[in-house]
Amino acid sequence: MAINLKELAKKEELFTPGHRLCAGCGTAVLMRQVMLAVEGPVVISMATSCPFVSTATYPYTSWKVPWIHSAFENAPATISGVEAAYKALRKKGKVTQDIKFISMAGDGGTYDIGFQALSGAIERGHRFLHICYNNEAYMNTGIQRSGATPLGAHTTTSPAGKLIPGKREFRKDLTAIIAAHDAPYVAQTTPFHWRDLMTKVQKALAVDGPSFINVLTSCHRGWRSDIKNDMQILRLAVDTCYWPLYEVENGKWKLNYKVRNKLPVIEWIKPQGRFAHLLKEENQPIVAKIQQKIDENWEKLLAKCSAD
Amino acid sequence: MARLAALTGNNAAAEAIRQIKPDVFAAYPITPQTELAEEVAQFVADGILDTEYIPVESEHSSMSVCIGASLAGARAMTATASCGLAYMWELLPTTASLRSPVVMVVVNRAFNAPLNIHCSHDDSMGARDSGWVQLYSENAQEMYDNLIQAVKIAEDETIRLPVMVCMDGFIISHAVERLLLLEDEKVKNFLGEFKPVHSLLEVNNPVTIGACALPDYYTEHKKQHSEALRRSLDKIMEVANEYAKISGRSYSLFESYQLADAEYGIVIVNSAAGVTRTVVDKLRKEGVKAGLLKIRVYRPFPAAQIVQALKNLKVVAVLERTDSFGGVGSPVFTDISAAFMEAQTKEKPLMVNYIYGLGGRDVGLKDIGKVYANLQVINQKGKIEKSFAYLQARE
Amino acid sequence: MRKLQGWKDIPIGTAIIEAGSSVKYLTGEWRNARPEHNKDKCTNCLLCWIYCPDGAIIVEDSQVTGINYDYCKGCGICAAECPPKVKAITMVKNQN
Ligand SMILES: Cc1ncc(C[n+]2csc(CCOP(=O)(O)OP(=O)(O)O)c2C)c(N)n1
Ligand code: SF4
Ligand code: SF4
Ligand code: SF4
Ligand SMILES: [Mg+2]
Repeated sequence: MAINLKELAKKEELFTPGHRLCAGCGTAVLMRQVMLAVEGPVVISMATSCPFVSTATYPYTSWKVPWIHSAFENAPATISGVEAAYKALRKKGKVTQDIKFISMAGDGGTYDIGFQALSGAIERGHRFLHICYNNEAYMNTGIQRSGATPLGAHTTTSPAGKLIPGKREFRKDLTAIIAAHDAPYVAQTTPFHWRDLMTKVQKALAVDGPSFINVLTSCHRGWRSDIKNDMQILRLAVDTCYWPLYEVENGKWKLNYKVRNKLPVIEWIKPQGRFAHLLKEENQPIVAKIQQKIDENWEKLLAKCSAD
Repeated sequence: MARLAALTGNNAAAEAIRQIKPDVFAAYPITPQTELAEEVAQFVADGILDTEYIPVESEHSSMSVCIGASLAGARAMTATASCGLAYMWELLPTTASLRSPVVMVVVNRAFNAPLNIHCSHDDSMGARDSGWVQLYSENAQEMYDNLIQAVKIAEDETIRLPVMVCMDGFIISHAVERLLLLEDEKVKNFLGEFKPVHSLLEVNNPVTIGACALPDYYTEHKKQHSEALRRSLDKIMEVANEYAKISGRSYSLFESYQLADAEYGIVIVNSAAGVTRTVVDKLRKEGVKAGLLKIRVYRPFPAAQIVQALKNLKVVAVLERTDSFGGVGSPVFTDISAAFMEAQTKEKPLMVNYIYGLGGRDVGLKDIGKVYANLQVINQKGKIEKSFAYLQARE
Repeated sequence: MRKLQGWKDIPIGTAIIEAGSSVKYLTGEWRNARPEHNKDKCTNCLLCWIYCPDGAIIVEDSQVTGINYDYCKGCGICAAECPPKVKAITMVKNQN
């Protein structure tokens, strides 16, 4: 299963160019990697979001696999239906191939409005992988805060103003919440860590039950970053332990990348304009608060990953 | 041989579902639909029905599951009521424009507030413009018959639209009634197999479904949907005629009772047609030319046919179990008015609109008798003083 | 100009039956900087390829043979991710 770029480059791209995601969109990098990782037939259900409006604009589609969108909050429910149809029709001999199922949604469609559908579909045990392209805000509607938006980030509905310095709440730890559903495979990653990401997609699709991958993905419009540096920003998310690479396989937590020289969180904050106000003197306590939370979470994660 | 059974409306719908054999059934419980969802689950648990039963976490997901399943080539069904229908509202036009032939039972129940679990037609009437075919059922027999026909209409390759089959909550869903059931084999042969146009499971022919369309294409998608719904009127009759052959029960777009020579008519939807018929019989004996038009197919609206049926009456009352707040009148009233406008007939009746039976308020012989009496007064005066009224509201 | 289809001609239910049809939609004109690839420097590690959001790095027989300017939006990720010791891609500004 070792992933080798030279071998991979021989594969057909099932996510085709000509899509309308912004130049340098991290979600586009992720989509390509996912579709290169996939082996054998898959069906995708996607939630309303940037990649929805940009990859399926009638009469153009960037998908070379069966694909459906019907709303914002229901990608996991829709794929539940497709999977149920598969089971029924397979039993009747009307479908003979082995098919895998993927639902995809942004952080809005996963953490917030789509959370119920995801939680329900996982609890019901459908055999599907849910991928969250988590750019930490509602980008399609123009950068509004979500449950994934980090403390202090400026978005248009958590603006940094004279009185309030950006988002006032921490994000929720959705990966852990999904792990608490006892899904057989749960992981988080980023497209900078392409090998990790693609390995996780393959592992998740091999599972006989629900699986979930939370992918931190860059959006230079929302993050106010320099487009070309976005992959490096994702690297910093991991190197500062803001976004550890780990997986939970049948309840067993495993760190996939041991950060040896943990960088201070300011390294992750600095290149992103959405945090610009946090560089001001008076906002240093916020930075300290973020750092403290990261440290605590990192220790907790290490403990979970070492507990055998 | 057909079986005679004593069943509630919910039982009858469950029995039809057992015979229809959906590949996928998804539902979330809500009074007064609950027994139906439970009964289908029991069929599956007992091995009587081979269906993927998806016990979803909400009605939004039951419709999402049905969309996914149906577009993956499965026969998909669900059932709901009131708030449940409202909760999946977003997906109603989506299901229809994606042309997924989902069939749904709606057990009519009032909208909040105040909360009320009894019958009003707020739910399905509110959903009238979502692009679904809507069939209404007076009793358990009609629910059973309509539901089987609904699948055939929905899955017809020239139609491919979702169908909502409605019955009155509690009044029908929970009342035991004698009805005739078809043999399983007959239903199976009548329906045949569902063959999707594009299936998500045809992995060698990958299709993209539900893309966004910009102003350059949106209109064409909607026009295509609109035409299919209009066209379905003929198909509904064709299916009814075919169904008559296997069941001996014939259905039309609406039922005309003593209407041919009637002077005074009531237009009504669902269970209250029963009591109305009784009043018509009584009035006829007294020499009053009363008649009844009971809507069966509300979407697509059989405008021309209804105009033909009503144009020679003197006064007509459209009775409805829902209000279209702030509108000209309730849904059926507005549609019939528009139908006369469109038809430009010289003859047309005077027409009034009464709201009745809200939240399960009993409608009796007296109430209906009063309506026919009003119609006669209007005729005598030659004009309408009050065209819109709540029939049973205390002052 | 592409011909717009009428309502009778489009497949029902919004279906797009031509898989991957977006290849007909060329996004190259969005570009305001142009990546130029130097074959002599390139070690064919394919990092640029795996990071390109638009699948615009052309790989043939495991070698990067060029850039597909029909789709390349000029984001500069390929140039930034090409290993610092190699730097086989340079971005040329204001050039389509
Ligand atoms: C029910 C509903 N509410 C709101 C919207 C508007 N809406 C569309 S996409 C979106 C945000 C998507 O954010 P996210 O899921 O994070 O995806 P992204 O665009 O960031 O990739 C919103 C709010 C909608 N389409 N449907
Ligand atoms: S706004 Fe952000 S997420 Fe959306 S397409 Fe642009 S870069 Fe990608
Ligand atoms: S500039 Fe961006 S789009 Fe163009 S080839 Fe490089 S990575 Fe791909
Ligand atoms: S990243 Fe640089 S060295 Fe590697 S393949 Fe691309 S151009 Fe060549
Ligand atoms: Mg987002």
